Amino acid sequence: MRVLLVDDEHELVCALAERLGFRGVRADYAVSAEQALELARTTAYDIAVLDVKMPGMGGLELHQRLRELQPDLPAVFLTGHGSELDFAAGAARGEAYLVKPVGIEVLLETFARIAGPWDGQGGRQP
Amino acid sequence: MPLRDFIAPRFWLHPRDSAPERSLFNYRRAWALAIVLTALTALVPLTAMTLIDYQVTRSAVEAEVRLRTSRIVSNARRAVSFYLEERASVLSFVLQDRSPESLRDPVVLGELLDNLKRSHGGFVDLGVIDSGGVQRAYVGPYSLLGRDYSDQGWFDHVVSEGSYVSDVFLGFRNVPHLVIAVRQDLPGGGFFVLRATLDTDRFNNLAGLDLLAGGDSFIINAEGVLQTPSRHHGAVLDVVNLPVPPYSEYTEIMAFDEGERELTIGYAYVPNSPFILLVVKSRDELMASWYDNRFQMVWLLAASVVVILLVVTAVATFLVNLVFQADRNRFVALHHAEHANKMASIGRLAAGVAHEINNPLAVIGEKSGLLKDLLTYRSDDLDPARLRGLAEEIASSVERCGNITKHLLGFARHINVRVERINVERVIEEVLSFLRKEAEYRSVGIAVNVAPGLPEFECDRGKLQQILLNLVNNAFQAVADHGHVEIAADSPDSGHLRILVRDDGCGIRPEDQKRIFEPFYSTKCGSGGTGLGLSITYGLVRKLGGVIEVESRVGQGTTFTITLPAECGREEGESCEYC
Repeated sequence: MRVLLVDDEHELVCALAERLGFRGVRADYAVSAEQALELARTTAYDIAVLDVKMPGMGGLELHQRLRELQPDLPAVFLTGHGSELDFAAGAARGEAYLVKPVGIEVLLETFARIAGPWDGQGGRQP
Repeated sequence: MPLRDFIAPRFWLHPRDSAPERSLFNYRRAWALAIVLTALTALVPLTAMTLIDYQVTRSAVEAEVRLRTSRIVSNARRAVSFYLEERASVLSFVLQDRSPESLRDPVVLGELLDNLKRSHGGFVDLGVIDSGGVQRAYVGPYSLLGRDYSDQGWFDHVVSEGSYVSDVFLGFRNVPHLVIAVRQDLPGGGFFVLRATLDTDRFNNLAGLDLLAGGDSFIINAEGVLQTPSRHHGAVLDVVNLPVPPYSEYTEIMAFDEGERELTIGYAYVPNSPFILLVVKSRDELMASWYDNRFQMVWLLAASVVVILLVVTAVATFLVNLVFQADRNRFVALHHAEHANKMASIGRLAAGVAHEINNPLAVIGEKSGLLKDLLTYRSDDLDPARLRGLAEEIASSVERCGNITKHLLGFARHINVRVERINVERVIEEVLSFLRKEAEYRSVGIAVNVAPGLPEFECDRGKLQQILLNLVNNAFQAVADHGHVEIAADSPDSGHLRILVRDDGCGIRPEDQKRIFEPFYSTKCGSGGTGLGLSITYGLVRKLGGVIEVESRVGQGTTFTITLPAECGREEGESCEYC
């Protein structure tokens, strides 16, 4: 399983990517929408984890752009904000909407629900 | 409504507020003005009406008194005049009826006198006087036959005028009497005079009217000698102690001040006689009924004035108490609204604050999770430097959270009034700390331009924060993404501080500009604006003794300028009076 993590907090995404790596999820991370798009152009992802509020382009808009590259890419939205408006938009558009801070187990359960169980080696279970 | 509100001016001890927004009125002045104006409006017409009524009533009573007196005098004069004329006519009749010769016969004359006494009464004697003035025949109680009257004034008078009525005099007989004489011409020339003496009993009765206590009526002659007895002005033939009234053909009324009392004198000259009839009354007695009336009127006026003043004072007290209470309620409501507004401002920022705190919390979560993972999955290959780095990153995120909570506390703490020395730049930063993230997401440029060397100044920190928070919030709502908000602070002179909040947003229409500081006026239709933000901001600025101005152009932006005195918010001692 390959995941794209996008958040403007570098400390957050790099730590999260490494921890997912320990759990058999291959995670690439980006700290801006531009970086994320660049990665998406070259790599196919199973799930995108996107921060809703980011300087410049936010997570919702980024998801649309990513869909142009990978039409079936499911998104998990993360937010520290938790406003009702964002929740409505995120829940409608993405597969999951999580409020920071998110426990890694919750995140993995969400991945499993979206993408199905995987073998812990980066590939799907048959 | 409690009775106490009508009596006790509750506003009296309320200190007069110098700050105009605290109290709309100077209650004591409003109260005094209400009383004076209302009382004047009621009392002036009342007093005028009473005075007019006083004059009118007095004139009416006086006119009635004059009329009544004049009627009495007129009737009495007619009676006296008739009495004299009747006796003169009787004598004329006798002269016509009898020949001069028969009249000289004492027997005939005696019969005549007896008849006259019986039919008319009052006749004392009768005498016939020839043209030489010598009494040729006489009947009566005295011995006057042969007496010569030719040298006496009355004889000349009767010769020239044809008849004569004498004053009352003592004469030879030493009793008051009066004389009526009538001349009769003889067919062959010459004349003779029939002279009758009358006693004054009936004459006195005619003049001495039966008047109420204090009244007096009598007859005087032209020299002021009493002809009939009087009750209070002397006996017969005394000189009366009143002025002799001037001659008039008609009945007249005159006033005379006797010293201790004022007299009303009615008089009339009795025609063809030397007599003047006088009716003298005390003015006080005549006007007694009116004095009662006057006393009642004055009493009623005084009672009315007292009642009016009491009612006016009570009503004014009640109304001003109401206004005072309403004003105080308004102040309390405003105070609560300010509080609510501050809470709402912070509430609006709460989502942003949550974001601010949740981000570092998430970092802490991930870093500590990674720490645990490393200890779990890489326990054989631990890099101490890496672990220390992670711990440091956790510590710095904790500090980030701490800063945010401190800012929040900084806001919550200053809800109550506290005047302290303030660094304007720091206050601006505190306010902006909640908005910086939003600015970042929306790419709104924030510029803070504090004039270099701007001194610290004394102010109520909480109020200043709220003012700036309201204005900056408004600016953020006005600008589009990629817009600009500028906050500038400088000091136009040593005694003032000026803060500008400028945006390049949508601007305010000129017709709205006049009303934006009014409560409940909002142009943010349907976006949750209460319409209280700028009204409260205005109130807060005024409370600090400052002024707020707005300059705006539609499509170009808006600038709010606050000018505060260097020591602001000082005078407001009792901070939380109604909390």
